[in-house]
Amino acid sequence: MAARGPGRVSVLLPTYNERDNLPLVVWLLARTFSDSGIDFEIIIIDDGSPDGTQEIAQQLEKIYGSDKILFLFPSGTAYIHGMKYATGDFIVIMDADLSHHPKFIPEFIRKQKEGNFDIVSGTRYKGNGGVYGWDLKRKLISRGANFLTQVLLRPGASDLTGSFRLYRKEVLQKLMERCVSKGYVFQMEMIVRARQLGFTVGEVPISFVDRVYGESKLGGNEIVSFLKGLLTLFATT
Amino acid sequence: SVSPGSPLLLSLPLSRFLPCSSHGSPALLSPQAAMTKLAQWLCGLALLGSAWAALALAPPGLQPPAPLRQALLPLPVYLLVAFGCYSLATVGYRLATFNDCEEAAAELQEHIRAARADLRRRGLRL
Repeated sequence: MAARGPGRVSVLLPTYNERDNLPLVVWLLARTFSDSGIDFEIIIIDDGSPDGTQEIAQQLEKIYGSDKILFLFPSGTAYIHGMKYATGDFIVIMDADLSHHPKFIPEFIRKQKEGNFDIVSGTRYKGNGGVYGWDLKRKLISRGANFLTQVLLRPGASDLTGSFRLYRKEVLQKLMERCVSKGYVFQMEMIVRARQLGFTVGEVPISFVDRVYGESKLGGNEIVSFLKGLLTLFATT
Repeated sequence: SVSPGSPLLLSLPLSRFLPCSSHGSPALLSPQAAMTKLAQWLCGLALLGSAWAALALAPPGLQPPAPLRQALLPLPVYLLVAFGCYSLATVGYRLATFNDCEEAAAELQEHIRAARADLRRRGLRL
């Protein structure tokens, strides 16, 4: 067994049909970590993709070594399943479609050390954080929804629906036990419950590069379920 | 860099007066954990609402002076409108200042090219 450095980072990558993006994400992650001297492992949890994502993941495991890349078949919730195998002190959750760039992870770690935060959340709404590939309508919906969330939940974090975060392992474990929702609302619930439990949240501005917005516009269904989830959190937390 | 969400009502940070416990547990004892946001809003509205009603809708004997009553009566509507304006202005401002990450997108394209080339060298069959 390879020696585990202190402050090892486990990246959990749930994937579905990411045959093209997965090798690129993994390459960027490996590059970022080796450039900054951070000990890491990447745990890929594939949700039964029909496009060959699994074969790519297994090839990557051979290329980078099985102490750096672990491929898991789906079993229940991807995060919970992945966490069982994570050996790092910190866990990074991110999207595998290149909308989140691994270059921010060292900044997350720096921020975490700076304030001894339990969670570091990437935010698109503060500092020089931002988005690429959104039209005015999409941006308006995003800002409007975020404003509503801030008014109703007063969460103490500027980007509640963001999914690019670093957690202390024990913190993520505690939160996963308590969170019940899915999708956008799940990300919101994590932060809200974290505040309830007295955990601290730090923020780092990130850029979100949306290359799929053109194909999959934000639908009315998603907005409705977001509102339902928001009101549920408002009434129950 | 992040300010904690503050409760509508005063809450005593009881956790300060207790011996150090494990990371993150004192919150159970602080009142702000017990009340849902909805409950906080209802309490706040009930307090303000009853204060307003007591002053503005008081029977003739207990009425405050006329100028005060004239200002008080439409106050809820004024506050609602003011909040509406604040919301529009805030969302509008945030929309206008929403950063467009052009360089990030360009950089990503470069990185993708480099990644593909290197992965091919390492034997990945795309």
